[in-house]
Amino acid sequence: MSTGTTRTGSSGSGSARPDGARAPAAREAAETPGVPGAPAAQAGPTAAAVPEPEPGAPPAVRLTGLVKTYPATRARRGSPGAPPVRACDGVDLEVRGGEVFGLLGPNGAGKSTLVRQLTGLSRPDSGGVEVLGHDLLRHPDRAARLLAYLGQESSALDELTVSLAAETTGRLRGLDVRAARRERDAVLDELGLAPLAGRAVKRLSGGQRRLACVAAALVGERPLLVLDEPTTGMDPVARRAVWAAVDRRRREHGATVVLVTHNVIEAELVLDRVAVLDSGRIIACDTPGGLKTATVGDGVRLELVWRDRAPLDVPEVAALARQAAVAGRRWTLRLGQDAARRAVTAVTDGPAFAALDDFSLSTPSLEDVYLALGGRGEGLVRS
Amino acid sequence: MRNEDGARAAAAAGEPDRAEVPGLAADLASASEYRPPSAAAPDSASTPDSASVPEAEGESGDRAVEPVAPVPLAARARLRPALGAVYRAQLSRARVARIPLLFVATFQSLGIMVLMRGVVDGGAEARAVVSGASVLVVAFVALNLLAQYFGRLRADGGLDHYATLPVPPAAVVLGTAAAYASFTVPGVVVTAVAGGVLFQLPLAGLWVLAAVIPLAGAALAGLGAALGLLAPKPELATLCGQLGMSAALLLGVLPGGALPVPVRWVRELLPSTYGVEALDRAFEARPQWGEAALDLGVCAAVGLVSLAAAAWAYRRAAVR
Repeated sequence: MSTGTTRTGSSGSGSARPDGARAPAAREAAETPGVPGAPAAQAGPTAAAVPEPEPGAPPAVRLTGLVKTYPATRARRGSPGAPPVRACDGVDLEVRGGEVFGLLGPNGAGKSTLVRQLTGLSRPDSGGVEVLGHDLLRHPDRAARLLAYLGQESSALDELTVSLAAETTGRLRGLDVRAARRERDAVLDELGLAPLAGRAVKRLSGGQRRLACVAAALVGERPLLVLDEPTTGMDPVARRAVWAAVDRRRREHGATVVLVTHNVIEAELVLDRVAVLDSGRIIACDTPGGLKTATVGDGVRLELVWRDRAPLDVPEVAALARQAAVAGRRWTLRLGQDAARRAVTAVTDGPAFAALDDFSLSTPSLEDVYLALGGRGEGLVRS
Repeated sequence: MRNEDGARAAAAAGEPDRAEVPGLAADLASASEYRPPSAAAPDSASTPDSASVPEAEGESGDRAVEPVAPVPLAARARLRPALGAVYRAQLSRARVARIPLLFVATFQSLGIMVLMRGVVDGGAEARAVVSGASVLVVAFVALNLLAQYFGRLRADGGLDHYATLPVPPAAVVLGTAAAYASFTVPGVVVTAVAGGVLFQLPLAGLWVLAAVIPLAGAALAGLGAALGLLAPKPELATLCGQLGMSAALLLGVLPGGALPVPVRWVRELLPSTYGVEALDRAFEARPQWGEAALDLGVCAAVGLVSLAAAAWAYRRAAVR
């Protein structure tokens, strides 16, 4: 809990969130005995209890005790060696049938490693992977017949046209020519890609290329969709098309979706449940709303930016200072609603207001959850 | 007699176990159901899509509380249609991206022949130059470019795309190799005809190209694919492809008889040599087709082995 006031240099950039946001949140959670998430917040990044699925909803995905360690690399000229990395550190997880389940965490948290094991692209050192009633460790070849996977790379499709990329993927997913073409046309229309059908994937912009890959992933119905950061680089129209297409598959075919993201805003919008990953462990798993209630309660976040320095001679401000995570001119406070109201009144009046450059009041986001749980908080995207 | 013994032995060894221990029987059943995809590939082509039947087995031991009915598996892509789809996609890709390279390959071979025109005047040497230069086009595209393609695909994660589709590895490797090999056709034909005219060789036997291109193509493309998929780094795959092509150039264009013995051994080891020899015989006034068929048989055998190796390497590269 001592990392609250590091990184003073971030005060200059308006959008950067100071690391310190974590400290007051954890403190408040610890001070509030009734908050169920408080123990988790106190315990920091330890494995949190994953909620049991409701009875009657069989899990679509069941991961038990997954461990994956990447071996150490030896130092070579020009590049230092790296110690072994435990990218997956005893992950237990159940995804219910028909839900959109998210894996949230910053780069390097182990999200992609986890889905690579889920899709059979990588074998865990130990643990179990069961998808829709099939043991994928014993039958790795079944993964391709149960799920569609959208990876981060598009190089296999780069030189094809959008249309041929979708059609070929459909053919390789076992469709005959006519079915593959029918589904190709349907998916391209659904995602608004029809005008680009004849263009080579490589020649498209980043977001369009990603959309073409999503199209390829959606051709050929699968009960489980595993999408690794599907909307990276997309404009809002494309994003909406992707979520609509994913949701339709869930609604009409009962498809389950496992989604990797490091975009907290998107996670709140589309996910039924979310597991928060940090350093190869799941540090929390619940609905976005449930996680917020459990970890940060109904508090709000108050950010204050002072013009020069904080007017500590004002008693109310001095009182707030004790609770704030300070990063240069920027203070971040996690407060209950009443306390926040009083604080806003105090700082928007008299000498305090004269010293105030900017302030903002916001409801908690998944990012607050992440930080409250002890995540490192770097590398999350908010857009 | 032997059959009966075998049956009795099987009954003694296998059947009682199956009957008495259902769990083991299930394990055995599932073990026999699971085949490494490289072995499963040709088989899956011949079986109709029995895949929509759930392939569940009784592994409910630790799950008595909450039995999960396995969801039916989607159909596998069968070998031939999948191969066709990969071939078609790769050929379209080649049309866009590889035409300049085909020109390079062809002009390189034409240039070599023009150069050698000043040195060589007819006879066995001329035949060697023309057939070596023609097969060089195959070596350039099928060995060098394919090694680079697979090396890059493996390095940047592009293989994940294929690895998460229910497609036999052989379909991906064969489809890609076939596309690269067919892409060499115009270049080889142009080179062989131009060479024949340049050195005044009989062109009547050139129909043998119809066998030389696919078989030398299979051998070299299989080698290229295996190199690309086995090399630990894409740079290494490129290097190996380049070296292989250089070897095909030097050892193919020069007539074998004039080379020192160790170099001749290396030449014998190179699969492209046999394609060159077969084409060489076709340029003779009275071709010995039996010998040519033998040469092409070597190409076919190397092709078979190297493509199988490439399919194995693909499987290995896909799961990391």
